[in-house]
Amino acid sequence: MSVRFTKDHEWIKVDGKIGTVGITQYAQAQLGDIVFVEVPAAGKALKAGGEAAVVESVKAASEVYTPVSGTVKEGNAALPDAPQTVNEDPQGAGWFFKIELSNPGELDGLMDQAAYEKYVAELSA
Amino acid sequence: MADPSTPLKHTPLDALHLSLGAKMVPFAGYNMPVNYPLGVLKEHVHTREHAGLFDVSHMGQGELSGENVDAALEALVPGDLKGLKPGQIRYTVLLNDEGGILDDLMVTRPAEAGKDGTLYLVVNAACKDQDFAHIAAKLKGKAMLLRHEDAALLALQGPSAAKVLARFIPAAASMGFMTSRVESFEGVPVRLFRSGYTGEDGYEISVPADKAERVARRLLAEPGVAAIGLGARDSLRLEAGLCLYGNDIDTTTTPVEAGLPWVIGKRRRTEGGFPGAAKILKQLNEGAAKTRVGIQPLGKAPARAHTEIQDAQGNKIGEITSGGFGPSVNAPVAMGYVDSKFAANGTKVTLIVRGQALPAEVAPLPFAPHRYYKK
Repeated sequence: MSVRFTKDHEWIKVDGKIGTVGITQYAQAQLGDIVFVEVPAAGKALKAGGEAAVVESVKAASEVYTPVSGTVKEGNAALPDAPQTVNEDPQGAGWFFKIELSNPGELDGLMDQAAYEKYVAELSA
Repeated sequence: MADPSTPLKHTPLDALHLSLGAKMVPFAGYNMPVNYPLGVLKEHVHTREHAGLFDVSHMGQGELSGENVDAALEALVPGDLKGLKPGQIRYTVLLNDEGGILDDLMVTRPAEAGKDGTLYLVVNAACKDQDFAHIAAKLKGKAMLLRHEDAALLALQGPSAAKVLARFIPAAASMGFMTSRVESFEGVPVRLFRSGYTGEDGYEISVPADKAERVARRLLAEPGVAAIGLGARDSLRLEAGLCLYGNDIDTTTTPVEAGLPWVIGKRRRTEGGFPGAAKILKQLNEGAAKTRVGIQPLGKAPARAHTEIQDAQGNKIGEITSGGFGPSVNAPVAMGYVDSKFAANGTKVTLIVRGQALPAEVAPLPFAPHRYYKK
């Protein structure tokens, strides 16, 4: 099971053909208090880099993009009623959706943990 | 508007913001705190429950003086300034010849000795250079404008504000809403205004720039006072139904369209004599084609500025001008302009958010009740 990251600060944890997607600790800290989340419905077909979910802070709305192509298996039904979960546990209970990968090769284009940490360190510098 | 290519200006409290761990963002040409480590949501709630201290030193302060200063400034605004008593503050708007709003501002008649023939002005940061140039040019030979660029401006807002400030200045507690006086804050001369931009009781405090950090730190050391950034300032004023210049009012809106008919003084309704008077007085009598209203989204999704508002048949009837999440009402809140036929409270409307049609209704403003000081 490996976790990969995008430059837009999404993470994806892959288990077999199913990936779980959320936003990173860095992303939640940048957004601040999250007050609204919209997750995709099961069955929705997504292309890598496409808009998949919405996250809003008091100040602004942001898109969450899917790191890989595939079909949504499940949106996190708990998030719309408890959007603050994304602040509290972004890389755990605050996941956004699960997706069945149609092209696992896309994972090779994403950053691993070490590369993402380096990327964030450069952004913060 | 500020030129993005010029370096950002800093308020006299810049070092304080950094020492408090503020997240700084460019705003109106200044490097300003959008939030502190507490975060926008908790800063908002803290202000409604206790007291928040805001740095609003980016705003423009100045004094206008002349033998007939009231009549002079009345040529540019629709407010009754001749009727302004010493120590009173009036909210008014600078108008262009079409009756559009160039800026909104606070005009105060100082009460202290030696200030006869003077009005104190506080204008928006993003407009201050244009405003002061406009006033100086239009009133040339009639009034002199002196900008106070060496003055910082703090806002202390919230239900504990009066109790806190009275520990330093006992007379502050009994000041009426929308009044002003000059006082001493531990030896520092300050001009107090019992006014604000949150819907709560509180003060705006003009302080000499070189003493601003000392005064701010003394206030922040009081129990129940927290530093509050521009993020919460925006959500607080939105819940309070107060206009943000550039969003909710601008040169394409008149005071009548903006739902601010009360800024047109009673005497001035008969006398006129302000820019755009013919159009504005006609709108007062006959109504305007569009009106600023509160918009309550009925679901959980916030509707941001520029969201299209439609009627039940899908026709565009207006646009959201400010919208977001209201931490105190714990729901999305918004305001915008609609065709006046749809301006009645309770009118069902549709908001187009990311391509989805979401239900909403026209709602009374404010969303959070005003809690200004009443004697």
